[in-house]
Amino acid sequence: MAVPVIAAPSQTAAPRRERASGLWPALAAPGIVWLLLCFVFPLYVVLCIVFGQVDPLFRTPIPVWNPVQWDPSQFNYVLTHIVGADGIFGPALVRTAVFVFAASSLCLLIAFPVAYYVARLSGRRKGLLLALLIAPFWISYMMRMFAWVNLLQNDGIVNKVLSFGGLFTMHVDWLTGQPVVVILGLVYGYVPYMILPLYAGLDRLSQPMLEASRDLGADRFSSFWRVTLPLCRPTILAAVLLTCLPMLGDYFTSDMLSASPKTAMVGNLINDSVHAPGRTGQAGAFVMLVFLVALLPMLYYIRATSRRDEVAS
Amino acid sequence: MRSPVAWWNDPWRPPRFLVGITIGYLAWSLLPVAIAVLYSFNNGRSRTTWQGFSLRWYWGDATLSVWHNDALHTALIQTLKLGVVTTLITVPLGVLFAIGIDRWRGRLPAGANFLMLLSFVLPEVLLAVALLFVITTIALPIDLGTTAQVIGLITFQVSYPAVLVRARLATIGPQYEEAAMDLGASPLGALRRIILPMLMPAIFASTVLVFADVIDDFVLVRYLSGDAATEPVSVKIYNTARGAPTPALNALATLLLLAALTAVVIGFLVYRYLTRGDTTTKDRGIGAFAGEV
Repeated sequence: MAVPVIAAPSQTAAPRRERASGLWPALAAPGIVWLLLCFVFPLYVVLCIVFGQVDPLFRTPIPVWNPVQWDPSQFNYVLTHIVGADGIFGPALVRTAVFVFAASSLCLLIAFPVAYYVARLSGRRKGLLLALLIAPFWISYMMRMFAWVNLLQNDGIVNKVLSFGGLFTMHVDWLTGQPVVVILGLVYGYVPYMILPLYAGLDRLSQPMLEASRDLGADRFSSFWRVTLPLCRPTILAAVLLTCLPMLGDYFTSDMLSASPKTAMVGNLINDSVHAPGRTGQAGAFVMLVFLVALLPMLYYIRATSRRDEVAS
Repeated sequence: MRSPVAWWNDPWRPPRFLVGITIGYLAWSLLPVAIAVLYSFNNGRSRTTWQGFSLRWYWGDATLSVWHNDALHTALIQTLKLGVVTTLITVPLGVLFAIGIDRWRGRLPAGANFLMLLSFVLPEVLLAVALLFVITTIALPIDLGTTAQVIGLITFQVSYPAVLVRARLATIGPQYEEAAMDLGASPLGALRRIILPMLMPAIFASTVLVFADVIDDFVLVRYLSGDAATEPVSVKIYNTARGAPTPALNALATLLLLAALTAVVIGFLVYRYLTRGDTTTKDRGIGAFAGEV
């Protein structure tokens, strides 16, 4: 009697799974179709416009759908104007790299200690602190930038505080093309996106491992350097990527806090050319450039998260 | 007084340095917003000098307040409309997609999963420009405006419920579904009566998160907005922030903040109610709700 009871599930389960095989594709189909139509196809349209023609009269872009007939002249125009004598786009690209690097380093410098404290040492106050850390997520980015516009105006609080209530005359024009202000704005805007993944990683860190390292004679620093850091290296990388990638396409922070071409980033190049007649192809070319630069980090991030899912399941 | 060496070697000394950084960070991140909210109640036109408390910029002022100024309350209504419509379409789409992708084995679903994650990390401005190109260069029956904004937002947000639901599916494991099917349920029946109820907290959390994210969105909605009537609050703030706005703009931003925080707080309370007695999300509190998985 016992044998068929054990054998039965596997025998009946197999045909059931077979029957179910049509269900899962049917569930996934709307999402797949949506992603193909509204995600993959638009990216292809960008290519068709970058390598397409421009209407000689109206200066509107004419997409060329056949890759064989693609004309690289618009893309070449952008590439040849990055370096050299007519390198009009070069400074903004270099600035983007510098701003993103500086801002994400500062983000990490702030985010790591905060996430470490809240995840591992805050004890009973953890829930409250975490709620406060998450709060900036639900405050519109524009509102947070606008808050700084208020503070940094010529008669704003920052200048008032710096002049100690009229003791000195401090009138710094913070909002007219100061690179430092834009970098700090980027840090302010994106640091919550770094803290949360770091918190999640540090929260999962194995406590027995750290205790073992101390028991085996490591002091505070070498235990941190040789156990904690290696254990959370993937987390740190993922957190840095999650902040760097949106920063690459940022143009509004510079617009809000400086509104000057002196702090223009590649996002501003896209934003300025996208509505300009005859320069739509340029905007597309910059979109492609950012996409190519972001591609490797994005692939790394996707691989890391997929691998984690496999381990989890 | 202890010697500095003893202080340094004491493993139980409080982490003052880290406490300081954390408090400093929280003040730095929240005070500017709090000040902006405070000045929305200012009785004068200034956003930097306090002139007494009033609700003038909410509805007191007959032409410039949020309540009476057409441009401002249109923006607020547009924001909420986009939030509700996008959420209602995104969440079912993402949930079904996640379940399908999770169970269906092969190259095609792996590729779809890759696309979904790519849309999650792609800088938003790239998608916005690409969709703008599609709508402006191809003769589609869709114009720039609410429909285009909703399409863009769904594309950008659909990965959110998908990621959350897949993470939840991984913690549930296959055993409940197998048990149901061994007891005679069809795959669809097991999905409907076992898996969907177990996914409810994740689905609910993603609903709230998508809504709160959509009403704060800026890049997509700006590129895909048609005229001033389809510009939501974030775009309004961007357009007027540098041009000497009145505190009515602070008031508008405060109302947006209030909408997002109300959604999240109510969402969190309901989420806690849904997950009571659930061991996998216990002790994770707001972290589990916010989807750090």
